[in-house]
Amino acid sequence: MSHLGYLLAGWIIVFGVVTIYAWRLIQKGKALSSQVPEHRQRWMSSSQDT
Amino acid sequence: MHSVQKSNLTSSKGTRFMGALLLLGVPTLVIFAFFLSPEDDNMKDAVRLLYVHVPMAIFAYVAVIMTGIGSGFYLWKKSRWWDTVAHASAEIGLIFCGLVLITGSIWGRPTWNTWWEWGDVRLVTTLVLFLMLLGYLALRQVPANPEIRAKRASIVGIITAINIPIINRSVEWWENNTLHQKSSLTDGKLENLTLFTLFLGLILTGVCYLWLMTHRFRVGWLQTEIENEGAMGVLQERIAESAASSTNPIIKEDGEGEVR
Repeated sequence: MSHLGYLLAGWIIVFGVVTIYAWRLIQKGKALSSQVPEHRQRWMSSSQDT
Repeated sequence: MHSVQKSNLTSSKGTRFMGALLLLGVPTLVIFAFFLSPEDDNMKDAVRLLYVHVPMAIFAYVAVIMTGIGSGFYLWKKSRWWDTVAHASAEIGLIFCGLVLITGSIWGRPTWNTWWEWGDVRLVTTLVLFLMLLGYLALRQVPANPEIRAKRASIVGIITAINIPIINRSVEWWENNTLHQKSSLTDGKLENLTLFTLFLGLILTGVCYLWLMTHRFRVGWLQTEIENEGAMGVLQERIAESAASSTNPIIKEDGEGEVR
């Protein structure tokens, strides 16, 4: 396969960056949602208005 | 939004379903991209980078358009929901746009024999988009009244979204000033497994965008809740201080007590 180094670099960077961002987002969500009561987490109830 | 079982998570049935889809889909995409799809006559194996580069570019556009829509709706409805959508989408748009620039540069080296070309309108307009998104997110960090901050950000969000048709059309409008080829999807040169793999990449990137967007929206919502709670706490303290000062004597600077 030609240009294998370029291919691997491109794919690893894409999946690495997205995975790290997703992981950080989940961790941040965990930390923040433990500080907010359930009734103020909007997605807990679709009937609640903004 | 859907309900969740545990309150200390930003996930839900919907996000878990999307996550499972991605866990199955990404290895499938890798198999198609590296082993099943053929090499291109001109680009050779470098075509395999397009299976991530093109979907990332399209969903970077989608993210920025969503920021523009959210910003417009915020200015119209003054709704915190739309402001949170705009902010979440801009952050994801920045990441996707950065990855488009990086993968494009990596693809350009073996294909055009250069990492970057300053005279190329597609590259430069994409870089401008990246910098505008960076500016949008920096503006959101400037301390200000939340409503003023959201209003400022919305104006920048709309201006940023205006850049999208310029980037998209740049290879046609300035065709003599670009190395970049026209749309890989619409020029009709891709077929069979190459086209299928590109569409698989598009679908998975779309699911990834929705997954990130849902989580980022919820994180943004929680941040605002905590910010509002802090502001309410300060307000209540002020009210309590004010109530106390109306009933208690205030010590003047010269040390004498005064009852108001």
